[in-house]
Amino acid sequence: MSFIKQVTNKPWERKGIIGPLRPVGAFPVPAEKVALSFFLVVVAVIFSLFSVSYFIRMELSDWAPRTEPAQLWFNTGLLIISSILFQWTRNLLKRGETRNLKTSLVGGGVFAIAFIVSQLLVWNKLRAEGITMTSNPADSFFYLLTGLHGLHLLGGLWVWSKTTIKLLSGNAEPKDIRLSVELCTVYWHALLVVWLVLFGILANT
Amino acid sequence: MAYVPLADQEQELHHPHSWVTKYVFSQDHKVIAIQYGSTAVAVGVVALVLSLLMRLQLGFPETFSLIDPSSYYQAVTMHGMIMVVYLLTALFLGGFGNYLIPLMVGARDMVFPFLNMLSYWVYLVSVIILMASFFAPGGPTGAGWTLYPPQTSMAGTPGHDWGIILMLASLAVFIVAFTMGGLNYVTTVLQARCRGLTMMRLPLSVWGIFTATVLGLFAFPALFVAAIMMAFDTLLHTSFFMPAIIEAGQPLDTAGGSPILFQHLFWFFGHPEVYIVALPVFGLVSDIISTHARKNIFGYRMMVWAIIAIGGLSFIVWAHHMYVSGMNPYFGFFFATTTLIIAVPTALKVYNWVLTLWEGDIRMNVPMFFAIGFIFTFIHGGLTGLFLGNVVIDLPLSDTYFVIAHFHMVMGVSPVLVFFAAVYHWFPLMSGKMYNETIAKWHFWLTFLGAYAIYLPMHYLGFLGVPRRYYALGSTDFIPESAQALNANITIAALIVGAAQLLFLFNIIWSLKNGKKAEHNPWGSASLEWQTPDVPPVHGNWGPKLPSVYRWAYDYSVPGAHQDFIPQSTPEADEPTVDEQHFDPDHDQSKADI
Repeated sequence: MSFIKQVTNKPWERKGIIGPLRPVGAFPVPAEKVALSFFLVVVAVIFSLFSVSYFIRMELSDWAPRTEPAQLWFNTGLLIISSILFQWTRNLLKRGETRNLKTSLVGGGVFAIAFIVSQLLVWNKLRAEGITMTSNPADSFFYLLTGLHGLHLLGGLWVWSKTTIKLLSGNAEPKDIRLSVELCTVYWHALLVVWLVLFGILANT
Repeated sequence: MAYVPLADQEQELHHPHSWVTKYVFSQDHKVIAIQYGSTAVAVGVVALVLSLLMRLQLGFPETFSLIDPSSYYQAVTMHGMIMVVYLLTALFLGGFGNYLIPLMVGARDMVFPFLNMLSYWVYLVSVIILMASFFAPGGPTGAGWTLYPPQTSMAGTPGHDWGIILMLASLAVFIVAFTMGGLNYVTTVLQARCRGLTMMRLPLSVWGIFTATVLGLFAFPALFVAAIMMAFDTLLHTSFFMPAIIEAGQPLDTAGGSPILFQHLFWFFGHPEVYIVALPVFGLVSDIISTHARKNIFGYRMMVWAIIAIGGLSFIVWAHHMYVSGMNPYFGFFFATTTLIIAVPTALKVYNWVLTLWEGDIRMNVPMFFAIGFIFTFIHGGLTGLFLGNVVIDLPLSDTYFVIAHFHMVMGVSPVLVFFAAVYHWFPLMSGKMYNETIAKWHFWLTFLGAYAIYLPMHYLGFLGVPRRYYALGSTDFIPESAQALNANITIAALIVGAAQLLFLFNIIWSLKNGKKAEHNPWGSASLEWQTPDVPPVHGNWGPKLPSVYRWAYDYSVPGAHQDFIPQSTPEADEPTVDEQHFDPDHDQSKADI
């Protein structure tokens, strides 16, 4: 039922059971997915507001843009591979295949960890060049945005590690981890999009 | 994986085995609600005492040596922040949201009980961090609750080193706690409603809490973002917000930042925050008025639409808090227009409350006193909002007591009156006991009349030009000496109102043990939360079988029915009628499908 149709119902007119005999939620998906969607909106709002702040701060006179290190392109590649591996794991589980399952799940996480490590290496390199949190507002934003994105990824890795340990230790059948993997996949894609937007903003300004 | 609808899922409930898991680390939404509520009230009492200290200074300057300018500003700041965020937000969403949502939607619990428990404990941590700033070197921050840079981290501001950092940390932790709780409330309302309970059959309390939670999820990130950047400015001397400044002859190592950017971020959170508090209040008071007037709420659909409209509009009015910061006149015009437009759905709600009372079979129970009191204070505070929404009127009044009077009436006194109404309304359900009505009515009259004695004169002080945020007025040409007499009167009224709250605390605590046993559904309410098999509801709420819903929550005084309410869970076939021939006492609504 569409939202408009829903809110124009006259509840005082119709009595009796409305809808199917079993209770159903507003969306035909598990509650976890609904909660994740709302959480992703929260994440989107956070990064949008940071981006807006970035654009406003950029207009002021002391802003000194810098060319972003080329290594970020490599890192972007790592994150894309990580996302692809998660999608692959999700598809395997959907088809009920167990071959390559462990490889793809572990691989997805490992590439994400590699992304974070490589981001830290970029930080180190920049710091060695004297580019720090306080050298210029553009640099402050660089550290802030990349750091915050990394923290979000770490949160995802925590869920990934719980899921992976469950599967590898044999405490869970593949079907038991399907929801977790689906949630991780959506989250990974979302963080990839966030990264692409952030990288686009950083690289073009 | 087969999709299993949540509400029907007879999931393994987390069964508490010990006292600790039952009352301390409980995953039962009702226990968590009471933990949230009690913590919020406790920290609210701290804020109340701070306000009385401020009033003592203003009413009787140079009398109390314990209040110096620094501690006065610290009191102003902590009073404001605690009341808005740690009391009102936590109380209505963490407290009433937690208690009422699962009961009103016919669920056994929130959909993520563990996350729900975590939400409370993280909230408690945020409160502890905030309270710790009272004991930190330099004391809590005295930057004002809006925390405007650059003065937050300047040496002249009390608590500029430890206080502000603890404040920002506490806010960030609070936002994490709120997000955990908020995801739970939203998902529970959307996914865990029982059979037959469509969105448009939900009581307005749930609509208010639901919409406010969505606002919170979208608005708190702005505060989070601002707090993070400000923390970096304070700790690492970055220049997100900090401009170039010379402090005591020495240039600071910040330059070029934009303080106005902080104000935009703060108020992008700060204005929806008003409605994060107000929307649950609108919902709760609608249900209370309808129940005690024995009449369906007037214009249910309009009430829902108004809640949604107010929620949407609340995101495009924020800069009306910043008229005095200076802005392009066209922006001022835009924000003044949106601000005045938001008065339309709000006024619609007020009319509907009054029209619900119209020709109702009004029962002057204690909750109804507070609910009607709320209509008064809310109209009053709302009307002064129309003044301040206009740029040209706001400019001269913005820094005066007129603003203090406005926002205390509209988002201080009004929500607090509804909080009391709601506690008196649901106390029999929460505790299974009745409170002392006489004390409760004393509590009402002292609070209600006292609030007017405090805030009505402040409007006048504002017109005189008495500036707000001042530790002492000193002597000026434009403020007559009589203003001081008025200030002394306000302080005495504030002390009386403050003391009157002891009646409330005493009544509630005393009644928990000694109160008369409450009968099942003492107000004759039609909504689902009163139809549980046990009072107070036990863990799992509904016994072996989940309820089904056959009607909306407002079937009061239905023509032909032999009783003046029909619970939501009564099937149409069992609807009690006065038709003698077909009247079957076994199908009396009181024995209906619960």
